[in-house]
Amino acid sequence: MDAAPMDATALLLADSRFPGGGHAHSGGLEEAAARGLVTDEPSLASFLLGRLRTAGALAAAFAAAATGGGDLGALDAEFDARTPSPAQRAASRAQGGGVARAARRAWPSARLDALLAAQPRPHHPVIVGLLVRDPRDAARVVAYLAVTGPASAAVRLLGLDPLGVNAVLARLAGEVDAVAADAARHARTAPEDLPAPGSPALDLLAEAHDRHHREEVRLFAS
Amino acid sequence: MPADHVHPVNFDPTDTGHDPHDHDHDHQGGHRRRAVRIGIGGPVGSGKTALTAALCRALGDEIDLAVVTNDIYTTEDADFLRKAGVLAPERVEAVRTGCCPHTAIRDDITANLDAVELLEHRFPGLELVIVESGGDNLTAVFSRGLVDRQVFVVDVAGGDKVPRKGGPGVTTADLLVINKTDLAPLVGADLGVMAADAHRVRGGLPVVAQSLVATPDAPEVAAWVRAQLRTLATVR
Ligand SMILES: Nc1nc2c(ncn2[C@@H]2O[C@H](COP(=O)(O)OP(=O)(O)OP(=O)(O)O)[C@@H](O)[C@H]2O)c(=O)[nH]1
Ligand SMILES: [Mg+2]
Repeated sequence: MDAAPMDATALLLADSRFPGGGHAHSGGLEEAAARGLVTDEPSLASFLLGRLRTAGALAAAFAAAATGGGDLGALDAEFDARTPSPAQRAASRAQGGGVARAARRAWPSARLDALLAAQPRPHHPVIVGLLVRDPRDAARVVAYLAVTGPASAAVRLLGLDPLGVNAVLARLAGEVDAVAADAARHARTAPEDLPAPGSPALDLLAEAHDRHHREEVRLFAS
Repeated sequence: MPADHVHPVNFDPTDTGHDPHDHDHDHQGGHRRRAVRIGIGGPVGSGKTALTAALCRALGDEIDLAVVTNDIYTTEDADFLRKAGVLAPERVEAVRTGCCPHTAIRDDITANLDAVELLEHRFPGLELVIVESGGDNLTAVFSRGLVDRQVFVVDVAGGDKVPRKGGPGVTTADLLVINKTDLAPLVGADLGVMAADAHRVRGGLPVVAQSLVATPDAPEVAAWVRAQLRTLATVR
């Protein structure tokens, strides 16, 4: 177990009140709900676990790697290569861009300037890793957000009991920590050697979401 | 408030005299040229989109302007503005708020800032961006990080007690619009009471009562917008 507490910067970045635009993203949950794939707490729990072990684990590995001081531009490109859905790439860059806007005010640094000069809208895990010192903390922030974002969307879209959804998240806490611990091993891994867990279902949901938004209506940006 | 004349209160008894306000003055690069941003908020159906369209008609020929909409459910507002022919489609951006219209204009303005900056990038000479919030409750106001001025639109059909209820939208908006005055006789609303209550809770801030049926180009609000642009242009 990790005895050291998370540093407060990591807590700010993980907070749902952090003003980085995350509240408008459902991580595929809106599309899954619209198709009747997620309807209640058990189906939500299953959706979240799947997301944590795929998109969450990928983000966690990249966030950990970005704490290591390596080539962030290369990391950013490798994340593109591991994200086949254009809609998901756009959603990740939208949220990374939101963090970047906040970071220029809150955590200015030469390293941040260098990243943003090369890539004004970096992928979300990359900029989180830049801002958080400890690899496991960085990984935990993005793994945590990988499940809390969709969970909050489920409360808003399906009217699920927020106390019940919170209990679902609490039961996932050990798995979030495990994903973060595993990802932390990658603090020094070369970008091209990072793992590439993926979920075809999430890729398809993201693309369907984008397509449906053009035809009818979606409330979330992803 | 004349901030330069007020000595800041220090809440920290352990502080040894160093002024915490000294760091953060220049965070936005102060004098960057950008479009003036005016927010239009208010309850569902009060006439925000109709007012936005009216302003586009009234000001579109003299001011380089664009619109960001935050409709809760649809891209309907954006579509309406485009179809009404008051604004070229590429001058309207629709933001998705994840079921939380007040969050998107107040607590987390990221998506709206992205939309405004996209429009500024697309139209380098842009002078005015109107941000229409999704219909929300009486407590929903725009963050000052998003807009320079804000208009709050209530309507007569919502009942003549609305201004008396107050709430930050009614009491603090830079302009309060009491819309749909043409409906007053039909719903038994007393316009005199509404205006008097509004002036009482607003401590001198301006109030416009209008009907977009009677005056489709919203002349009083358009005049107010022109005045804001002049003021903000000299400040900048
Ligand atoms: N009688 C009358 N109807 C009006 C007036 N202004 C707007 N309306 C009508 O009121 C309805 C709602 O107007 P919108 O402009 O869509 O209201 P909104 O505040 O944008 O609504 P949301 O974005 O859904 O919150 C429309 O049918 C308008 O035509 C007015 O001054 N008088
Ligand atoms: Mg509207």
